Amino acid sequence: MTASQAVPDPVVGQAQLPAGGAQAEDVATGAAASARAGRGRHAGPVAVQPSGAELRAAAAGRLRRFLAVLRAHPLATVGGLVIVAVALFCYTGPALYHTDQVHVFLSQMNLSPRAGHPLGTDSDGQDELGRLMKGGQLALLIGAASGGLAVLLGSMWGAVAGYAGGAVDAVMMRIVDAGVAIPAIILLLLLTSVYRPSATLLIVVIAGTSWLTTARLVRAEALTLRTREYVQAARVMGGGSLRAILRHIAPNAMGTIVVNATFQIANAILLLATLSWLGLGVQFPSVDWGDMLSAATQGIDNGYWWQIVSPGAAIVTIVVAFVLLGDGLRDGLAGDE
Amino acid sequence: MTAYVSRRGLQAVVVLLIVTLIVFGLLSLAPGSPASASLGPGSAHRPFLLAYLTWLNRAVQGNLGFSPRLNVSVASLLAASLPRTLVLTGVSTVLALVIAIPVGLLQAVRRGTAADHVLRGLTVLCYGTPAVVLGSVLVLFLAVDPPHVFGAEGPQAPGIAAVITDVRDMTLPVCTLTLVTVGIFARYMRSSALDSLSQDYVEAARARGAGEQRVIVAHVLRNSLVPVVTLLGLSLPQIVGGAVLVEGLFNIKGMGWQLWQAALRHDVPVTLGFTLIVAVAAILGSLLADIGYAFLDPRVRHAQP
Repeated sequence: MTASQAVPDPVVGQAQLPAGGAQAEDVATGAAASARAGRGRHAGPVAVQPSGAELRAAAAGRLRRFLAVLRAHPLATVGGLVIVAVALFCYTGPALYHTDQVHVFLSQMNLSPRAGHPLGTDSDGQDELGRLMKGGQLALLIGAASGGLAVLLGSMWGAVAGYAGGAVDAVMMRIVDAGVAIPAIILLLLLTSVYRPSATLLIVVIAGTSWLTTARLVRAEALTLRTREYVQAARVMGGGSLRAILRHIAPNAMGTIVVNATFQIANAILLLATLSWLGLGVQFPSVDWGDMLSAATQGIDNGYWWQIVSPGAAIVTIVVAFVLLGDGLRDGLAGDE
Repeated sequence: MTAYVSRRGLQAVVVLLIVTLIVFGLLSLAPGSPASASLGPGSAHRPFLLAYLTWLNRAVQGNLGFSPRLNVSVASLLAASLPRTLVLTGVSTVLALVIAIPVGLLQAVRRGTAADHVLRGLTVLCYGTPAVVLGSVLVLFLAVDPPHVFGAEGPQAPGIAAVITDVRDMTLPVCTLTLVTVGIFARYMRSSALDSLSQDYVEAARARGAGEQRVIVAHVLRNSLVPVVTLLGLSLPQIVGGAVLVEGLFNIKGMGWQLWQAALRHDVPVTLGFTLIVAVAAILGSLLADIGYAFLDPRVRHAQP
């Protein structure tokens, strides 16, 4: 992104700046986006309705490119593998390592790591390793679901705003500006203080505060895409706006969207941990990594380091893995011009 | 410049109105919400728009409301807690800039070397570590274990003087918020400096025979600082968000801590008033950042909207 590219429209310039959470990385994504806008998948004969076989071939092509990017960027591969490993640990772990996560064991309180309790126990006497697995299931589920929902909502919002332009765009983007002005944590505090937290509510609420940055990114991309010849041609030939957005704008913005999704998931996991730590997460005996941290920091003066280190390390590991995957994908997709 | 500033200013006012509508709407549309209970007798039957306009009218006149739970006005609560938050966020932001600018610049200049990779790893780690984990680890190793170098809790004495002079207790909160913010700033500074490095004027300066040091300082650093001005304005909501956690962890009774407690006890007037102040600050920040950007870079203000 050269300064002059970022500058002409202050609103676009703003859209390419990080505005929250994981979006610091998206600065370069914006650059990749504007560079990629020059290449359209539908730049060929637009009037021809692609057959099923062609669509499958295109999908296979995208998958191949995705795999090639992973090969060329070892750190992204490491990130991807770590994510798979953590998911396996959380979902298949409890089948191999049985623990009781419902009852309180007063005789086993606050044990340091030892045989039988490799990561020690918490203030309820529950095994930290088993708790880590159980908490991870919720963190991954809510993280992936709210990250995905945020990306879906933000992409549609941004694509419509950028494609429509004019007054519609102005109104839609002012709403985004307003949302960005309220810190996500404060908006979450507000929402969870009024509505009773449940897993579903947390997914909706976290997505509701994080789709804004995706909307800005995709809008910036849609702004350049809508002036492309193949989009113009589709409109001249009588194609509707919805069709133009779904068939031309959305697929060509896919690179940006996929990269953004990895950062959104990382961000959602961080937000969930934060909310739980603040006491506004899921209710006991449901547990996530933030709850474990919360219990640990309450007794921090006792120096029970294992209670903080285990969930802390788990959160850092999964978030860094998603960031590495996103960084690699971004560099790879930007580099194949 | 005047036209640009007034256009941007008008936008900011519109955005602020939408913010108040969102916040007020979220709080008062909730089923059986405490909003109607706290807004005064009869308010439950008051149409939403009337209730909203009444609240807005009072807020514009500087009356942020009254907290029946604490028996204090929101304004006095704000006056007591704001200075602590300002000291915490101000010091941390300045420190974060002092660290992040050279780190990002070094990474860009030495792109692809071991130094770049190590620093990148460290900044990703800063970014990926929740403020709570970072703070807790610092407390565990520097405050709990003997010889108790730093305090595990922020300064508790009332008044702003205590916050400024109590270096022992402020060190860990400031360190935590600084490191979290460095994670955001350094990654941004790196990509900004990489952009500057690829510009024609850098090439031109080298062709003229300017020394490498002069190229970096006079051309790359100077030009990559321009977007950092914008970043500073735009990351205000994030820094405040970080302050909520740091204040919560270190028990510092600043704005973030009060907001958290207000949310936990469903204290709507306090939640509304404090969120409004944070949003005003964030919108002003991004307005000032854009004006600063336009001032530093004439291409912005002469561009067609």
